[in-house]
Amino acid sequence: MKRIKTPLSEIDILNLHIGDEVLLNGVIFTARDAAHQRIINILDKGEKPPFDLNSTIYYVGPAPAQPEQIIGSAGPTTSSRMDPYALRLFQEGAKVTIGKGPRSEAFKKALVQNKGIYFTAIGGIGALLSQRVKSMTLIAFPELGPEAIYRLEVEDFPVIVSYDSKGNDLFKDGINTYKK
Amino acid sequence: MRKLDLNEVSSIVSKLLQEAVCKIDGNILERISAAIKTEANPLGKSILEQIEANNRLSEEKKIPLCQDTGQVLVFLEVGSKVYWEGDIEAAINHGVREGSKKGYLRNSVVTHPLNRINTGDNTPAIIHTKISPGDKVKITIVPKGGGSENVSLVKMLTPADGEEGLKKLVLETILEAGGRPCPPIIVGIGIGGNLEKSAMLAKEALLRDIDDQASNPYDRKLEENLLQEINNLGLGPMGLGGTTTALAVKVNSYPCHIASFPVAINIQCHAARHKSIII
Repeated sequence: MKRIKTPLSEIDILNLHIGDEVLLNGVIFTARDAAHQRIINILDKGEKPPFDLNSTIYYVGPAPAQPEQIIGSAGPTTSSRMDPYALRLFQEGAKVTIGKGPRSEAFKKALVQNKGIYFTAIGGIGALLSQRVKSMTLIAFPELGPEAIYRLEVEDFPVIVSYDSKGNDLFKDGINTYKK
Repeated sequence: MRKLDLNEVSSIVSKLLQEAVCKIDGNILERISAAIKTEANPLGKSILEQIEANNRLSEEKKIPLCQDTGQVLVFLEVGSKVYWEGDIEAAINHGVREGSKKGYLRNSVVTHPLNRINTGDNTPAIIHTKISPGDKVKITIVPKGGGSENVSLVKMLTPADGEEGLKKLVLETILEAGGRPCPPIIVGIGIGGNLEKSAMLAKEALLRDIDDQASNPYDRKLEENLLQEINNLGLGPMGLGGTTTALAVKVNSYPCHIASFPVAINIQCHAARHKSIII
């Protein structure tokens, strides 16, 4: 397991290879369907997005926190729904995303062009992942509830490199290795 | 005749929902444990171990297993000797509302697929009702997330497509879904009936005991063969490669039209949450 601090540097990204199990430490930002649409609308108006897009973006809509919890269950949502938005965000400096599931060919191409990285967080382990979040701050769009943009500080947040900046695809490789 | 108290229905729904999101059936947990031993991909093994750890943590600390606590599906089976006063669907929705609040579930329902405005209280539930003989009431709560539901489908095959056509559709559907439904999955297949009946069959198939076998010999053979063929696809845990793609395949069938071969495939993720009670 590699421990990495966010924001990821170019060197961090270049040194990551598909299949690497990584423990992320530092600040990440949450955004999913509705928030992405709003960010695009803001960018279209020529305004500044709610956070530096060259940050780690986590596709999640967490469950509400119980008393004494920082965040409720917080596993990833399916990334491919964000693919259309992600292409635009690459143009604005976004490079690092966390979600689950395979993504479009267009996304994969843009990832290599922009030297980005795509991590899988394990789906359905929301309780475990919630324990790795040390703080949660609302950044934008409170009316979206769980779909709002939050700033999370994470400690040893486990993710798996699924597409790397060299164009490798763990989904494809995995199937080819294990299919009978 | 037996009078059913709708307040009791609301409390039961609330309680079952809060339990369902934090605990998976023991037989399913055993399948996951067994898969840890047999999974060929070390990464896949690590993923399954984290899933197991999460399931334990969730049950212990009463934190929902997954943040997608779903749109709640309710199966209501009422005995013909049962009667009640009032609106039973409203009572069920009241239970879902209360249970969602008390259990800190995520409000995951929007009023219309186009306006997408959150309903704010995790209702309405989707309710299917059946009438049986007797005086009992069976309530089944199924908090089902969007990921696995989104890769499910119904297709009207033709009689000429046959078993080969059916298997081809199932394997293509699962391969196309990839890691999106959070494998290892449970696959519910409904064959026969009509468009909506096949979908119901598929969903009901997911609620069967994971260790049972279909009573119809065609269905049973499909369950065994498809499980092996699905696991030979190599998709693995989270679609990142491996030998554990599906934990089980369940096939339910029903008579259909002479010209039809309806097929429904309802995928369930590894967080297979459902709870039943008979009152």
